[in-house]
Amino acid sequence: MRKFDTKVQYLKYKVLREVARHAWNGDLLEHITDIPKTIVPGKTPTMRCCVYKERAILAERVKLAGGGDRSNPNVVEVIDIACDDCPAGGYAVSDSCRGCLAHRCEDVCPRNAITIDEHQKAHIDKSKCINCGKCAQVCPYSAIINHKRPCENSCKIKAISMSESGSAHIDNDKCISCGACVYQCPFGAISDKSYILDVIDMIKNSENNKKYKVYAVVAPSVSSQFVYAKLGQVIKGMKELGFYHVVEAALGADMVAYSECEELYQKGFLTSSCCPAFVAYIEKQFPAMKPHISHNLSPMATIAKYLKEKDENCKVIFIGPCTAKKAEFQKEAVRKYIDSVITFEELQALFDSRDIDIMTLEEDVLDNASYFGRIFARSGGLSDAVKQGLAERGFSDFDYKPIRCDGIEECKIALLKASKNKADGNFIEGMACVGGCINGAGCLTHGDKNKADVDKYGMEAFEKTISEAVAQLKI
Amino acid sequence: MKVTVCIGSSCHIKGSRRVVERLQELIDEHKLGEKIELAGTFCLGMCQTGVNVAIEEEHFSVTPETVDEFFNESVMPRL
Repeated sequence: MRKFDTKVQYLKYKVLREVARHAWNGDLLEHITDIPKTIVPGKTPTMRCCVYKERAILAERVKLAGGGDRSNPNVVEVIDIACDDCPAGGYAVSDSCRGCLAHRCEDVCPRNAITIDEHQKAHIDKSKCINCGKCAQVCPYSAIINHKRPCENSCKIKAISMSESGSAHIDNDKCISCGACVYQCPFGAISDKSYILDVIDMIKNSENNKKYKVYAVVAPSVSSQFVYAKLGQVIKGMKELGFYHVVEAALGADMVAYSECEELYQKGFLTSSCCPAFVAYIEKQFPAMKPHISHNLSPMATIAKYLKEKDENCKVIFIGPCTAKKAEFQKEAVRKYIDSVITFEELQALFDSRDIDIMTLEEDVLDNASYFGRIFARSGGLSDAVKQGLAERGFSDFDYKPIRCDGIEECKIALLKASKNKADGNFIEGMACVGGCINGAGCLTHGDKNKADVDKYGMEAFEKTISEAVAQLKI
Repeated sequence: MKVTVCIGSSCHIKGSRRVVERLQELIDEHKLGEKIELAGTFCLGMCQTGVNVAIEEEHFSVTPETVDEFFNESVMPRL
């Protein structure tokens, strides 16, 4: 049974699970230094040069599992000693160069950076090379390779660079905490901080939800996760963990769609506010566009606000695919509604820390939202929901032209155009992750089936319209 | 008097929205908006007997089909 995409995720999970296990037992402080050795016992290294380095890195992971470096405001951090200092030299000719006679590489180079030696082999003069990649494209042997760091490659907003020591460095002024680097670093050297200890404390201190109730708000992308079990079993598992009740964030999405279409109708142009990484990107790189961000809270915060208004003493934990949500809930406008955020990866660790095998559980139900709230989890869903909202609420005379931005690179293009009053539409749906939330960094698995899973889950919703879904809340 | 309808998932799929909507209609019809506070909550912890409705602390099991009966026999006499 495969729970994760990569072994890096598995390693991170094992640390989270062990930390959580001790936290439930109330003996974390006594055992915190034993955890690395529990995970890497014996004398034979399995991942790095020696067991000591492995354990040193694990100790850093334990720190991250406990909230990470408190002096660093970013929820995404580099584990310096885990960084492999990958080559970052750009294009280089490898041993696969056969010394052919055609020299297409030499001819195509716009800067004459390629010379051919006496054995007919190509060499790149780095002082001239501009890393355009044309030589690599034309080499019939694929002998020219781009040495680009996976982290830098994954970071489309260029927040990652090489530090003086050679390890990866995150520029917090640029980083939007989307977590792309977290998922892409093959050495697991970049990680999101975890707040599982806060969540465990909240559950424990609630004394079985008697002192206060602990609600889980779960993102609709859950429908594409925990594929080895049924969704109803995942919900049951959350209650076994100690959550009083599980509420769909998608219901918050219905509420957002319901009011966002009205806001759009009144203002005429809007960017979405659902994806916290997209919002952070506007705030950091396009501050002049800030007034155009929808004034709606995100679906997570919207439903949490409703819960807190009904029961001011309750605690609300968001469980989703997103690392940027961990930054969002700490914002002043949101922290009064959301008490903590964890990812699906962390939820899996919490299940296993209590030996909850969700496959053996009976199925519980999760059903509050409409189809439209649920499809927020994938790119294009929000645009569809706003369209539906406009129709349901009688704003059909509005000439709706959504711009669906699938991934932060498309967001960048749309924002650049919009900031010059040349937008290709009047509603920018921004999703930092390609595909939408279903490809968030905190997902257990990322696959082509995820979108179909979300759509299927949407179709299964009891409520068919946004108005019906929000009607239940109007009391 | 506070009447709380459970709108948790389990009650929701048993028709809690219709219960809420009908109760609202009945309250309006009888002009009881001042006397009855209709509220929603996520889960009253008795999922098997949904749709669960509480009058103050007292629990009732209602369905969309029995709302009128519930209103006449349980809500009205308690006012």
